[in-house]
Amino acid sequence: MMTNTQDIQFSKEAMEKVQKIISRYPSDRKKSALIPILHIAQAEFDGWLSPQTMDYVASILNIQSIEVYEVASFYSMFNLEPVGNCLIEVCRTSSCWLCGAEDIIDHIENKLGISVGETTPDGMFTLKAVECLGSCGTAPMMQVGADYHENLTIEKVDNLFDQFRNENKKSRYC
Amino acid sequence: MSKKLLLKNDHIPGINTLATYKENGGYAVLTNALKNLSPDAIVEEVKKSGLRGRGGAGFPTGMKWSFLAKPEGVPRYLVCNADESEPGTFKDRYLMERIPHLLVEGMILSSFALGANTSYIYIRGEYFYVANILEKAIDEAYQAGYLGKNILGTGFNLDLYVQVGAGAYICGEETALLESLEGKRGNPRIKPPFPAVAGLYGCPTVVNNVETIAAVVPIIEMGGEEYAKIGIGKSTGTKLISASGHINKPGVYEIELGLPVEEFIYSEEWCGGIRGGRKMKAVVAGGSSVPILPTELILKTVNGEPRLMSYESLGDGGFISGTMLGSGGFIVMDEETSIVKNLYTFSRFYHHESCGQCSPCREGIGWMERILEKILDGRGTLADIDLLWDIQSKIEGKTICPLGEAAAWPVAAAIRHFRPEFEAYVTNPDSIKDIKHYYRLKN
Ligand SMILES: Cc1cc2nc3c(=O)[nH]c(=O)nc-3n(C[C@H](O)[C@H](O)[C@H](O)COP(=O)(O)O)c2cc1C
Ligand code: FES
Repeated sequence: MMTNTQDIQFSKEAMEKVQKIISRYPSDRKKSALIPILHIAQAEFDGWLSPQTMDYVASILNIQSIEVYEVASFYSMFNLEPVGNCLIEVCRTSSCWLCGAEDIIDHIENKLGISVGETTPDGMFTLKAVECLGSCGTAPMMQVGADYHENLTIEKVDNLFDQFRNENKKSRYC
Repeated sequence: MSKKLLLKNDHIPGINTLATYKENGGYAVLTNALKNLSPDAIVEEVKKSGLRGRGGAGFPTGMKWSFLAKPEGVPRYLVCNADESEPGTFKDRYLMERIPHLLVEGMILSSFALGANTSYIYIRGEYFYVANILEKAIDEAYQAGYLGKNILGTGFNLDLYVQVGAGAYICGEETALLESLEGKRGNPRIKPPFPAVAGLYGCPTVVNNVETIAAVVPIIEMGGEEYAKIGIGKSTGTKLISASGHINKPGVYEIELGLPVEEFIYSEEWCGGIRGGRKMKAVVAGGSSVPILPTELILKTVNGEPRLMSYESLGDGGFISGTMLGSGGFIVMDEETSIVKNLYTFSRFYHHESCGQCSPCREGIGWMERILEKILDGRGTLADIDLLWDIQSKIEGKTICPLGEAAAWPVAAAIRHFRPEFEAYVTNPDSIKDIKHYYRLKN
């Protein structure tokens, strides 16, 4: 399936980053740059990877679109469907669970009026429960874009959400 | 017993910068080694040190290095495994975030020893901000002439890059990591060939954990023999332990191997005892994959000897009564904890993380997760407990990579040591509903 990729273009800045990443690998091994480039693409194009975005990345690396789809669908940080401006990822694995992650998740669900996996009707927040993020000693925790928010309490969560709303936060990993 | 080799300077303000790192002796080991030691001499010191891989398997690092194939005209690679996704483990993050130059110095030293001219640090995607810290350190190292062409005038060339992943525990398995680094799905490869012969791009490759590579710096500084005097028996040196769960002082601790487990848990110097003055129920000592042990077995072996933080002592008794040091992810649970629910979080995790290549892992773990969910929901039967046991026994040893075992072992150990609790869930579900917080099934 070839989709029209004309409308999708990296900004000049993003393109420079992409070229720099490609230069890190042997010239016949450009595909190694795929995952880092998908991260840049996701950050540039609304926090998710549409088929058009993936086709565009394929054209940059001169590989088949399917090679991009199969990779993008393997890794949990790539969103293949639109998400809210601000993706909230709360860890639910052992250490976080032991320290009250479920209370945090419940609280956010009630606060936003949505369940895990859903997006608020205004398109502002998507809530996801995720697996161990390497922050077990500062549990419970959530990741929002590149930021780790640790040692969460209900009060801390409330303050963070006020802040996200005030600044109309867009979560991006890079 | 507080001997510090890796984290001795972690609290110095600015230690993440090259200037402060150098003021505190950083890059002196590298400078000296590049001028005065041959690559083989470095490998020899690492062998003598008895250093064992800190990623989880504990394979002797010097031996791994000596297996590296060296065909003429073929590049060799060193790849640092910074994927750190084993639940309960967060030590590599701490080390990279606090003292990024220690890893960079270790990477240069190790690349020189192995004859690699291009090396990669593969870091889990969620650690993006840590990747930025590393990249800054690498830039500084280039500017100071520790990376690039003709390093310190010795003729040695090295390029070092950071590669971010995108959320996949399996990419911590070394061959899945290499696939991912090549821009593919993280499906583990069938071994042999081992990476030492055919790794990244089909070339000879060494994959080592962050902490392993960082430890090369103090080893070369003090010499392998001196390093081997630290620790106990074949567990030489120090180990970073990620302590979490119901303890008063969670965090990353550098311990000398051989420290008694009881001291580690209860001493003010380390975990500071159990939160809220409660009793301890169980410990997962080495990351989510290793067998959980009840209090009496984590503190003492079946022979009544104090259990020590070492590969051998934690392993004493095999899987019947012992466990493993693993990645050093030390999760402590108090008396109110539901072992069944904790296990459920592990099975859910492994199910989510299975790459899906092997049916026993892909199907079996999801099956175990669903049975545990049923038991937690008060709909389980005694036969379900036997079924869980049966399924886990049929995953072990039947998959391409050890993720299958990693998912099976926790199930086996939980049933082995806490069977009455599983039975209580199915015979009298109401009796346990009152401890609602830990027993609730959600998400
Ligand atoms: C499912 C799975 C996940 C793993 N995750 C990691 C990891 O996150 N970090 C790591 O260093 N090793 C991990 N390993 C072990 C690696 O395969 C490999 O043994 C290790 O990186 C070698 O380095 P070392 O000898 O320095 O420990 C994992 C293994 C398996 C089977
Ligand atoms: S269990 Fe939540 S960060 Fe590790």
